[in-house]
Amino acid sequence: MFSGIRGRLTVIVGVCLVCLWALLGPLLKGEERSLKLGLDLQGGTHLVLQVSDPDGAMSAEARADAANRAREIIGNRVDQFGVREPTIQRVGVDRIIVELAGIQDVGRAKLIIEQTAFLEFKILTDGQDFLERLSMLDSVIVATLGPEELPAEAQAAAEPSLEELFQRPDTVEAEPSRPAEGRPRPLTRILLESGEPGVLLVEGPQVETVERYLGLPQVEARIPDQIALTWGTETRSVAGKIYHSLYVVEAQPLITGEYLTDAQATRDPQFGTPIVPFQLTRQGGRIFERGTSRHVGDRMAIILDGRVQGSPPVIRDVLGDRAQIELGTGATLVEAQDIALVLRAGALPAPMEIIEERTVGPSLGQDSIDQGEVAGMIGVVLVILIMIGYYRFAGILSVLGLLIYVLIVLGGLAGLQATLTLPGIAGLILSVGMAVDANVLIFERIREELAGGKTPRTGMDSGFQNALSAIIDSNLTTLITALILYQFGTGPVKGFAVTLSIGIVASFFSAVFVVRTFMLVWLETRSPSAELSI
Amino acid sequence: MRLFSSADYKFLQMRQTAYIVSAVLIAIGLISIALHSGLNYGVDFTGGTLFQVRFNEAVAAADVRSALGGAGFTNLQVQDFGREGEFLIRLAEFIEAGDRELALRVDGTLSERFGQDSYTVVRTEAVGPKVGGELRQRAVGAVLISFLLTLLYLGFRFEWRFGLAAIIATVHDVLITFGVISLFNVEISLPTVAAILTIIGYSLNDTIIIFDRIRENLKKLRRLPYIDILNRSINETLPRTVMTSGTTLAVLLALAVFGGAVIREFTIVLIVGVIIGTYSSIFVASPALLEVERRSGGMRSKTDRRRIAASTR
Repeated sequence: MFSGIRGRLTVIVGVCLVCLWALLGPLLKGEERSLKLGLDLQGGTHLVLQVSDPDGAMSAEARADAANRAREIIGNRVDQFGVREPTIQRVGVDRIIVELAGIQDVGRAKLIIEQTAFLEFKILTDGQDFLERLSMLDSVIVATLGPEELPAEAQAAAEPSLEELFQRPDTVEAEPSRPAEGRPRPLTRILLESGEPGVLLVEGPQVETVERYLGLPQVEARIPDQIALTWGTETRSVAGKIYHSLYVVEAQPLITGEYLTDAQATRDPQFGTPIVPFQLTRQGGRIFERGTSRHVGDRMAIILDGRVQGSPPVIRDVLGDRAQIELGTGATLVEAQDIALVLRAGALPAPMEIIEERTVGPSLGQDSIDQGEVAGMIGVVLVILIMIGYYRFAGILSVLGLLIYVLIVLGGLAGLQATLTLPGIAGLILSVGMAVDANVLIFERIREELAGGKTPRTGMDSGFQNALSAIIDSNLTTLITALILYQFGTGPVKGFAVTLSIGIVASFFSAVFVVRTFMLVWLETRSPSAELSI
Repeated sequence: MRLFSSADYKFLQMRQTAYIVSAVLIAIGLISIALHSGLNYGVDFTGGTLFQVRFNEAVAAADVRSALGGAGFTNLQVQDFGREGEFLIRLAEFIEAGDRELALRVDGTLSERFGQDSYTVVRTEAVGPKVGGELRQRAVGAVLISFLLTLLYLGFRFEWRFGLAAIIATVHDVLITFGVISLFNVEISLPTVAAILTIIGYSLNDTIIIFDRIRENLKKLRRLPYIDILNRSINETLPRTVMTSGTTLAVLLALAVFGGAVIREFTIVLIVGVIIGTYSSIFVASPALLEVERRSGGMRSKTDRRRIAASTR
């Protein structure tokens, strides 16, 4: 059926119709454009996240599993964030690519994507278990680090610090194991009583030192298992200095966020501060009820990603499947909305870190499209002028073939849902060059055959025949390169490889099949004796 | 109109001159790479952060540099990019996960010095050091594997001597392209690697067209000396070589002039590559084929040996 001219024309019309449908179909369905534009063209953010595993504690399977679940959860979050057509895919073992088109507030988007959103409720202790051991921890720190490792002022005796500013309970004063004056007390010195049981204060610049001391394995080993020390999000400023709170909480949570079904952001009707009321499952509600019933009158720390949110509220009554997170005075409603969003979408199985980030502003993207279009048009016009100028009527046929080639490439890109990137446009224009090359090979060969004394009909046939092997070899080797680029490349390079591959296939079809068909039609309609215009 | 229709140039006889030209071009490139102490790898491969900043009014690169340098950014590069008042700022630091401080610090420094609304950050690229190393490995891997597969394909379609000659020509092209990249101080980024791979494809394409004709003529003209067959094949395909290179260059020039700054470096590398690729398929690939044939005459018939021996004259 492909041998007759009628059959050939049917194939060409069919291919054109399929490509037109691929191009116009999405438009009929109400989509804005049928070609998906890359972030470099429309503006947006490209992020690569990796499962964070600094200690190398996770196996490859565990990381792959974590990445898989994280992909779903990040997908949920991005959906709720309201991004149109986001791309979220897993690559390699433990990486996720997130592409967000047209995002303006990149910082906020990153925060939402990166947040682990692990929610825990823990009872605030009175802190005695920890305070009792403070002097012992001091000696452990001195013994571990050696006296010369300690900051100079820590070696001096304690001075009265916040005692005048905060009402200080007697507990610490009366502590029996209080060390003798003059002994270095590196930790005790920088941990200040807040006046609230279980809450300590640390001056801003000292936070790192405290973290370092508490992170020592020898220190960790001497802190009782049933308590945990957790930093809060709120800071207090007293007499021009900023203080961070450190909470002594029960290590075992009453409940975690896995039972959460819904969370919304709103404002506290009484104080106007942002709050996030949430709803637990029925099972979660029962667990929470049992837990809180034992702790009426105690304070409960609400911990998100290892940080106590706001000031721990007092449990006044047994709580069921409803409760709320109070964010404190400094927080905005947008922050509350983002917390509600990540809570609804679920916690990440492991923390993720951003290892690659590319952002293109929308104006730059538009510039690129405009410039790409202008350059593309000029390039195409040049090709048309050269081909028609040099090959005359055959050149016109090849330009018609090129138009069909362009239609196939665009239809192919739309049909495969490929993304058109800036290097992609370059690949497209380059493959126009390859399509031209195939035509040039054929026409030159036909000229040779005609010069060798063949009739137009046989000259054309053997021209196509003899040019074919060179075209196949050159197209296949370029296709090999394009496929390797696709395999190894990321982002922009992949876009280049896709358009180049589609371009090669389309150019082969256009030059070898379409142009030949046109030439067959041409031979049929002209007088047999006339010279070929080539 | 028909260009070069009866061309009969003695290309192979010019091969000594071509060897010298190629050697000089490669040497210039290698010296340039040595003087620049290596190639100019972009953030894609070294890791780091890049900001493209567009000022509303003309601002000197030196001012931007001094403003940022004064704010304590070391290892800083500020480069004019495209239009007036547009710059690429490169920092060796990578924006750490969750830490937007670096971007904020750059933004803060610029708005303090030039005013809040006098500029926009139109593009940011931040690549972690680990990713940079990986991307570099993948790029090298891609080039090597494409070499290998092409060699296999040519070995299958022609015979290994053709494949070897084609690879010699391609290595030649890649060496010279790297030299030009170094001379113009073009940054090696992912698109640059794509351009280099395209050049490999293009140069091979050109070489294959000529080799295809050589294979055909070897069968057809059994009595002709090898060197004459090579010359004849190159001359017969010359109109095609000129037409195709011409159209491709026309399109690439349009891209380079009108395509905007983002892809300019990419197209410049391609233009150089197309010129080098065309030159090498005539003056490097075919002479290489001749040398390879001469050195490995083992498995051939008597006539073939005679034809090759006749070529040495």
